Amino acid sequence: MDIMQPTFRINPEPGKPAGLRPWVPYPSDELCCEPVTHIRAKNLSIAYQDHQALRNVTLEINRGCITALVGPSGCGKTSFLMSLNRLTDLIPGCQVSGNLHMNELDILAPTTDLLQLRRAVGMIFQKPTVFPFSIRKNLELPLREHGTHHRTVLHSAMENVLQQVGLWHEVKDRLDHPAQALSGGQQQRLCLARALVLSPDLLLLDEPCSALDPLSSGIVEDLIVSLRGHVTIMIVTHNLAQARRIADHIAFFWSFEGSGTLVEYGPAQAIFENPIHELTGAYISGTRG
Amino acid sequence: MVTIPFIWIMGDLLWNGWDQLSFSFVFSAPQNAGREGGIGPILISTLLIVGVCMGTAVPMGLGTALFLSEYTRHDHVLGRLIRGSLDVLAGVPSIVFGLFGNALFCQILGLGFSILSGGLTLACMVLPILIRTVEESFHAISQEQRLSAAALGLSKTTTIRRILLPAALPGLLVGIILGLGRAVAETAALIFTSGYVARMPESLMDSGRSLAVHIYDLAMNVAGGNPHAYATALVLVGLVFIINVSSSWIASRWTSCNRLSA
Repeated sequence: MDIMQPTFRINPEPGKPAGLRPWVPYPSDELCCEPVTHIRAKNLSIAYQDHQALRNVTLEINRGCITALVGPSGCGKTSFLMSLNRLTDLIPGCQVSGNLHMNELDILAPTTDLLQLRRAVGMIFQKPTVFPFSIRKNLELPLREHGTHHRTVLHSAMENVLQQVGLWHEVKDRLDHPAQALSGGQQQRLCLARALVLSPDLLLLDEPCSALDPLSSGIVEDLIVSLRGHVTIMIVTHNLAQARRIADHIAFFWSFEGSGTLVEYGPAQAIFENPIHELTGAYISGTRG
Repeated sequence: MVTIPFIWIMGDLLWNGWDQLSFSFVFSAPQNAGREGGIGPILISTLLIVGVCMGTAVPMGLGTALFLSEYTRHDHVLGRLIRGSLDVLAGVPSIVFGLFGNALFCQILGLGFSILSGGLTLACMVLPILIRTVEESFHAISQEQRLSAAALGLSKTTTIRRILLPAALPGLLVGIILGLGRAVAETAALIFTSGYVARMPESLMDSGRSLAVHIYDLAMNVAGGNPHAYATALVLVGLVFIINVSSSWIASRWTSCNRLSA
């Protein structure tokens, strides 16, 4: 098998973007309540100056599903995430080519309103990135930026998201205290709340649990699962057990001669139990990567 | 070891200057070329010169530092050029700044020997150190903060105003302290630009003598001026001390309010 060619469990029509095979009778498929394509990437490539980080990624992601991007470090998973909200624009020398659509919106078009795009696409990073001011201001800043100024609206939005991430009872008496005084796990949940306060359609999580202790990691993981069906989630993780627990779909990346590409993509259970590509099998069983 | 000169200098100043120091010395006008009377107008001139200096240098320095760290790539030619020239400027002796200020502000721009000329000359002198300090504090802010601000759809203006500026404020204060310290104690650059008229200044266009110039004059040109030179030096050191303490107090209050990580 030519390892440079990404293989898909499914490619109903050669030449067309490989999507999910609707007839695959995997139970995990049913977890996605609506099999509606939300994100569509076609021949997506990302280069940093002269280094090709990601090559020819083509996949479709369903609305409301949790898709885990797995694979060894340096195979372009984070770059792929960052192209979805055009954070790649902020990296000097980074060039994204190919097609990338969210619903009908052409993400890569130069005319795309970046502030609106990023409002609809939330992102959480590996390390919690709370801003150096109070918990309240952390949540109000994005809302104010996007035009909400009414005090009661701000407050109820804040209470809602803090309830949603299970932080409300822990912080309701110290909303005006510095956010950096919270523990790492609480900070990460605050970051999640801050992303959710803008009601995003798509949530990008870049190893959100890797800097947390096992207990906090579990809480954040449960939270991610609780968002299934409400928000489309793409999560980069190196924790295969976590991917197995939470993901509906797995996209497996591998790096060939320094540039990453998508090797296999499909329902989580199928990837774990019956991988098509030998690399996927080796990675999942722990003999490679 | 380093404390010995400090204690020596302070002891010498206190020993020789403390007796001369009084309320009326600080606020009254000098008489008999400074041998008698006080340093009131000189103190006012000094504050005005430093005020003009910081009023010009802080906005310009902040703007340049922002431009360098947020709007140019680190390896960009323009940024490298600006940084390189700033490093050279930071090492230029103050007397050269004095001559430059005299040529540009006093003569070409026609401001004459005035507090304005002196303040602007000092601003040129303080800018390099201010810009580099502030730029460093912008660089110290982690890239993740900028990325997560962008990921929330915050505009660049909001990111700078609400996240980067507050986080860089302690650095800005350090830059201001360093700059103030250099400006308030400056002699060479001021002799050629703000002159040494010891009268109470009536406007920024008047010539005014700064504390450091006054000390220089009393010690070098006025026979019997030493006691008042000591007292003036004591006031100057006190002023620098107050500036340092108050700005580090502001900085520590600010950091404890915001709990900025270093």
